[in-house]
Amino acid sequence: MLLAKVVGTVVATRKDERLVSTKLLVARPIDPTGKPEGNYLVAVDTVDAGVGETVLIVSGSSARMASGLKDTPVDAAIIGVVDQIDVKD
Amino acid sequence: MQIARVVGDVVATIKAAELEGHKLLVLQPVMPDRSAVGRMLVAVDSTGAGVGEHVFFVRGKEASFPFLPAAPPVDACVVGIVDHWDLG
Repeated sequence: MLLAKVVGTVVATRKDERLVSTKLLVARPIDPTGKPEGNYLVAVDTVDAGVGETVLIVSGSSARMASGLKDTPVDAAIIGVVDQIDVKD
Repeated sequence: MQIARVVGDVVATIKAAELEGHKLLVLQPVMPDRSAVGRMLVAVDSTGAGVGEHVFFVRGKEASFPFLPAAPPVDACVVGIVDHWDLG
């Protein structure tokens, strides 16, 4: 899974019908120290995350296993809100 | 599968219900000479691994298979703790 910081929201009126009523957020992947890395991505939110929060994103076909996303055309889903990252080593 | 070193852990109170009770580890993929390679990632644990250990992990939808018949939304899972490796 990726760590990412939520930086915004996406509104799309025309979209695949299976995406209707999903919440789409823009997130920037970060490393465990908080440093941004890689490109921004759009992810479906399944845990009611908000802008500014650090989240856990599952990507690829596993994203469809998140709550309510069965058979939905998505490849990134937010499945956790991170409280703390502890890197000791 | 890839070899990685466990370098930390992640705490998340609000998360997918299927992830309740599972440990989330920060992994740094490593080369056979133990040097770091590529980006760190977060993986769920199925083996009881801890910080400082070398492990191997599986990516993709297969990462949920250790938890069958449950199907948690995970794309990386630690499936083995490495005792040692030998390149001959």
